[in-house]
Amino acid sequence: MSIRVRNVSKRFGEFAALRGVSVDIAPGSLTALLGPSGGGKSTLLRIIAGLEQPDEGSIEIDGIESTTLPPQRRNVGFVFQHYAAFKHMTVYRNVAFGLEIRKRPKAEIRERVQELLALVHLEQFADRYPSQLSGGQRQRMALARALAVEPKVMLLDEPFGALDAKVRKELREWLRRLHDDVHVTTVFVTHDQEEAMDVADEIVVISDGVVEQIGTPDDLYDKPASDFVMSFLGPVTRLEGELVRPHDLDVTTSAENGAVRAIVSRVVRLGFEVRLDALANGEPVSAQLTRAHAGRLDLREGAEVWLRPTPGASVLPSTTGGSRQPDSDGALDGDRDGLVDRDERVGRLSVSTLRPGPHRP
Amino acid sequence: MTRRLLRGLALVYLFFLLVLPIGLIVWRTFENGVSPVWQSLTDPSVLHAFRVTAIVSIVTVVFNTIFGLGAAILIVRHQFPGKRVMSAIIDLPMAVSPVIVGLALILVYGRFEPIGGWLDDRGLQVIFALPGMVLACLFVTLPFVVREVVPVLQEVGTDQEQAAWTLGASRVRTFRRITLPAIRWALGYGIVLTLARALGEFGAVAVVSGRIVDKTQTATLVVEERFQNFHQPTAYAASFALAAIAVVIMLVINGLRPKEDDR
Repeated sequence: MSIRVRNVSKRFGEFAALRGVSVDIAPGSLTALLGPSGGGKSTLLRIIAGLEQPDEGSIEIDGIESTTLPPQRRNVGFVFQHYAAFKHMTVYRNVAFGLEIRKRPKAEIRERVQELLALVHLEQFADRYPSQLSGGQRQRMALARALAVEPKVMLLDEPFGALDAKVRKELREWLRRLHDDVHVTTVFVTHDQEEAMDVADEIVVISDGVVEQIGTPDDLYDKPASDFVMSFLGPVTRLEGELVRPHDLDVTTSAENGAVRAIVSRVVRLGFEVRLDALANGEPVSAQLTRAHAGRLDLREGAEVWLRPTPGASVLPSTTGGSRQPDSDGALDGDRDGLVDRDERVGRLSVSTLRPGPHRP
Repeated sequence: MTRRLLRGLALVYLFFLLVLPIGLIVWRTFENGVSPVWQSLTDPSVLHAFRVTAIVSIVTVVFNTIFGLGAAILIVRHQFPGKRVMSAIIDLPMAVSPVIVGLALILVYGRFEPIGGWLDDRGLQVIFALPGMVLACLFVTLPFVVREVVPVLQEVGTDQEQAAWTLGASRVRTFRRITLPAIRWALGYGIVLTLARALGEFGAVAVVSGRIVDKTQTATLVVEERFQNFHQPTAYAASFALAAIAVVIMLVINGLRPKEDDR
């Protein structure tokens, strides 16, 4: 059950949530829409579900032109960040809702609901009300409810966003296993790159209403198409005007071919790894090495080191200009270290993309 | 100590304001036993007045429930020009004295006014008849359902409705099975408030009804008329009946208040 999104644009008043987005989602895949808040990923998901109408472009689900179909007739399962549990119905009735709407025979409904409740481990909670469940249980109920009608595609909007860290980790492993069992084409929205890399087969990076890159988690990490993707997916630092991951920097105490001389400004031990902050030609840079390696080099403040990207590392020229690029003045010139912090970038980005208009978290 | 003093003050206040007057009505009503009360209440004119009150109140509740639900959904779920004005107008009856409402209605629907005359030519008498009394009650009870339902509708949000749509439920079905159950307590509360206000309405109805005995006289009007004409026993009995209905309604309100589990 594939999904084809073609040139979709959507505006909320002055705010352009999506600008000419095209995405193909393969049948049976588990795809993450990843990007900073306000970047348009939730809007895209809601347009696929028919909960929002695109201003331009088209949506095709399972080969059927669906752009103008109401949500009732798209046969998609939708899971909301805040569960959208029907509060006045028991867990059983929640899950049975879609089947009752379809007027299936009572016996069939009972059998199917029991089966789904077993799948999401909520058998013993059938007669409870949503208010008597934990957040994780409610979200599993919402998943069972969406699965009950055998949707062609499952769409999950920040499904774990409202849960605490431990439950979130459990649930995403569980989602991965569920997808392996059920094999329904699944698209989920997240702003957590770790979650996307952990769960998805395919990641679509969306920012500022446009698709930045589409690929497998490995593709994105190893061959980022832009410095935005590179810095969104993990920590980056800058050496001689190039973006590189801190763990991809080779650190030596003697001059090597192509290496850059730097003076150590700080050595931080973080459990099994060591972070090295240094100044190369007055510019802060940050490297990450193992504890053993750092011990061998005998690093201390004020020492002289040579840095260069390890062969095969992903390196991008750090272009400047435009709000989506790391600024030459801002984060990199920081007093702390040479690390371009992802969260900091996200924060800065959301400020620049938040214009007046309805806010779509 | 201060708490005890405050509690004492509050009780004294309530006693002289509420308990004593209503208690005295009950006392005066049953001063001479139950049979004169029964006689007063079964007086054909009194019975007729209660019937008129019932008809006007029920019609008012039906219309303002439908209007109130529609207006609340419109205000919460839709953006349209003039929304703030509409919201403000709905609150207007809270501020306008019912007597003014009655006079205003006569200015529009009186027999010698353009609209009222046009309706009268087609056989629909509004002022000094039931339609005008219903209009008056509709006006004064306009805000109750809207004001009760709007905040709950806002709090419930649209997620549940959208979830129902994706599960295949039509808009009508979603309203019946998701929206309505979610707001049922607020709606019930609004309806009860509307009913209580319509039953007790005096000022606006007094102006537009013309107080025609056995025709447009309501229960509150009969109380006033009998009292003015020194038929105290009937006035007290009818008052007692109205107060009793109010108490029942109050109990219903308390019963309707959602318990913790339902939230």
